Amino acid sequence: MSSTTQTDERESREVPGELRGMSQGALVRKRFLGHTGAIVSLVLLVLVVLLALTSVGVGPIPGWWQYRWTDTPVLQNGGRPTLQLFPFSLGEHPFGQDTVGRDYFAMTMRGTQISLAITFMVGMISALIGVVFGAASGYFRGWIEAVLMRLTDMVIIIPVLLIGAVIAYNADGGVLVLGVLLGLTTWTGMARLVRGDFLSLREREFVDAARLAGASDARIIFRHILPNAVGVITVNATLLMSSAILLETALSYLGMGVRAPDTSLGLLISANQAAFSTRPWLFWFPGLFIVLICLCINFIGDGLRDAFDPRQRKVSLRRMKESGPGRPDAAGAAPAVAAPDRTDGQPRSGPVGSVDGA
Amino acid sequence: MTSYVLRRLGVSLLILLGASFLVYQLVALSGDPLAEFRESNRPNKDALMAQRSALLNLDVPAPVRYFLWLGGAVKCVVPGQCDLGRTLQGQPVTQALGSAIPSTLQLVAVATVLAIVVGIAIGIVTALRQYSALDYGVTFLTFLFFSLPVFWVAVLLKEFGAIRFNNFLADPSVPIATVVVVGLVSGLVWAVIVGGDLRRRLITFAVATVAAGGVLWYLGATQWFRYPGLGPALVAVTGVGIAVGLSALIAGSQNRRALYASLVTVALALVAMFALRPLLDRATLPLILLLGLLAVGAGVLVGYLFGGYDRRQSMRVAGLTSFLVAGLVMLDRFMIAWPSYFTAVRGRPVATIGSETPGLSGDFWVHGLDKYTHLVLPTLALMLISLASYTRYSRASMLEVMGQDYVRTARAKGLPERVVVVRHAFRNALIPLATIVAYDIGGLLGGAVITENVFSFKGMGALFINGLTHQDPNPVMGTFLVVGITAVVFNLLADLAYSALDPRVRVKA
Repeated sequence: MSSTTQTDERESREVPGELRGMSQGALVRKRFLGHTGAIVSLVLLVLVVLLALTSVGVGPIPGWWQYRWTDTPVLQNGGRPTLQLFPFSLGEHPFGQDTVGRDYFAMTMRGTQISLAITFMVGMISALIGVVFGAASGYFRGWIEAVLMRLTDMVIIIPVLLIGAVIAYNADGGVLVLGVLLGLTTWTGMARLVRGDFLSLREREFVDAARLAGASDARIIFRHILPNAVGVITVNATLLMSSAILLETALSYLGMGVRAPDTSLGLLISANQAAFSTRPWLFWFPGLFIVLICLCINFIGDGLRDAFDPRQRKVSLRRMKESGPGRPDAAGAAPAVAAPDRTDGQPRSGPVGSVDGA
Repeated sequence: MTSYVLRRLGVSLLILLGASFLVYQLVALSGDPLAEFRESNRPNKDALMAQRSALLNLDVPAPVRYFLWLGGAVKCVVPGQCDLGRTLQGQPVTQALGSAIPSTLQLVAVATVLAIVVGIAIGIVTALRQYSALDYGVTFLTFLFFSLPVFWVAVLLKEFGAIRFNNFLADPSVPIATVVVVGLVSGLVWAVIVGGDLRRRLITFAVATVAAGGVLWYLGATQWFRYPGLGPALVAVTGVGIAVGLSALIAGSQNRRALYASLVTVALALVAMFALRPLLDRATLPLILLLGLLAVGAGVLVGYLFGGYDRRQSMRVAGLTSFLVAGLVMLDRFMIAWPSYFTAVRGRPVATIGSETPGLSGDFWVHGLDKYTHLVLPTLALMLISLASYTRYSRASMLEVMGQDYVRTARAKGLPERVVVVRHAFRNALIPLATIVAYDIGGLLGGAVITENVFSFKGMGALFINGLTHQDPNPVMGTFLVVGITAVVFNLLADLAYSALDPRVRVKA
């Protein structure tokens, strides 16, 4: 990451000439590409997704791996993993075999597929609902805001585990049902953040100007305000996904999510935790994949935040002290998790926030 | 102000009503309480089903049944009249809650307090040294902790923190390879923490490696892990370290009075350590609390007597030192009780499940050790995860404050950096954290469902999840009610605290 500091040092000195004539999108892309951690994570995440999709195949399309997650080949060598790093070789069962001989690589890949699918679905659905609710209540205010925000308050205190239990009893733990229902309960943070953003953006001059020019509400929302809120939305959608994968694995772990014969990373850990002392690899591999995916998403979210928020340009305190005058940017990442839901709906609006949107 | 609070409370009440109705319907949808009888072939199957139907009013449709439940729940406003229904075993839910709440608080409160204190400290230090190796290392670690599924960590902790650690304690010899590795790692960590130029880092690395390795080797060679203890010498040395460090941090190294005051409290604590030994042997919880208060009081008094140009500063430093050194004395006494606890649990001290060893006999210290050895793993698991978010929040908050104009003003008028950081920046950085802490405390009672599940801890989370998996609606509703009310109240408190701490924020009256 130290290289980022150097590029940024260069960048901040050459800013005026270099940035002239760059569009907002190009600026964001440039800053994001300069974030080493985020780029490495993005590449890793893409590799994981590709590996999970191609190895055991999707639906009817077969993958390149010789086993499927339901096959039960003969147990070899006590099911020990055959993966070798130096020299690299996969062997017969790179992640070993479980107690009945199923190939654990195929199972882990299938679990990764399912967990990723649910993660993306939860992310998309809750981002969509959150943006719609937040935008409507922040822009129109009045009774729409009152109703939507009270609804948000209500959904917040409904325990997610309860939703899991309802799914577990009424549906067969299908990916689609799980993704949709979890998406329907996790949008609250996004709604509050977007509302907070809309509340401040709607008072800005460019909105007044658009309204004077005769733009309709829809046009103002979609063409003028939403593009300005896209940073907050993207960053939070990313972080939503990183919490969604933990949520999905936790539910599956408690037996309320994905169920056998299908599998997910949480279910694999839950099924094999008792075997830790005898077959530790059954426990390690799915856990490592969860951590890897979640870590990548978190770093990407951090990179996106740095890219979208121009205040976050990196300026070291020491340099600031030495160089004397100059706007000391409150740099550094804001918290990597979505701000806890504040009832005032104006998260992290700096010290001069106002309670209850006053 | 009053009208704002009343209005918020009114709205919250309506939200709670709506949410509890929804939750009740969802609970009704989440399982069939009669399922266990339907498939059984016991002869009295019908009678059992009728009995359970009567217990849970199952002949009434769920939307109407909610109002029957609400009728009982509303009576909770009058003390002693509370009726939240009964569990399937026939225990009143209020009673189940009464035993679950304290044990959850015990588990979660320690983890939260530790996470807040340590998280804020780390966050502040990393903010002050932004973009150092320390900052990058901590940032990576916090992201890693965010990404850990708690059940995975819990299983790892059970394996390495309990099972293997207990194996190690059975034969506490430290192999030379471990000594070298631990020494090198600690050298690296200290070099990163201390920082500075290459020369200073190398010196730190060497000193820390030798010190950590040497201490570990010494402890292994002297069977310290079997018969631990601090002894007066170590208490004295650590106490003096605490006194010097705290007075330099809070009062500045020029304030000699504060330093002397805290050193005197350390000496007093050492005297007390011997004088109170017979009393400590017969310790009870109230006595320990009383002694703790006395220790702080004595420290403050010493600070007052020493005075100095800032009397309150001396009092604060001496009081805090006294509290910490009293803690050390306690720790030493706990360590003295360790061998007898070790034999009482047959050489497996760190527990993997439950909240106490059944049928354990012993004095206050042995029972205390028993409680802590049960709490240590779940607390660690919870702490690691919330530690990460507090670190990020306090780092961001501190960075924001350090860029403010008043910090530059403070520097410009020639204040030492310590005063700028401790007096001007740190206090203001805590303001946004106050709200986050309040929210978290509001959510505390919900317990840690998964952690409690993994460690078989009988708290609110276990009550909730057992109710869900055994189709037992009343405990689920009971926990929901308690959690919902505390969450709503603490959300309100958080908003009020924010406007009280930062006068620029006004509540809409």
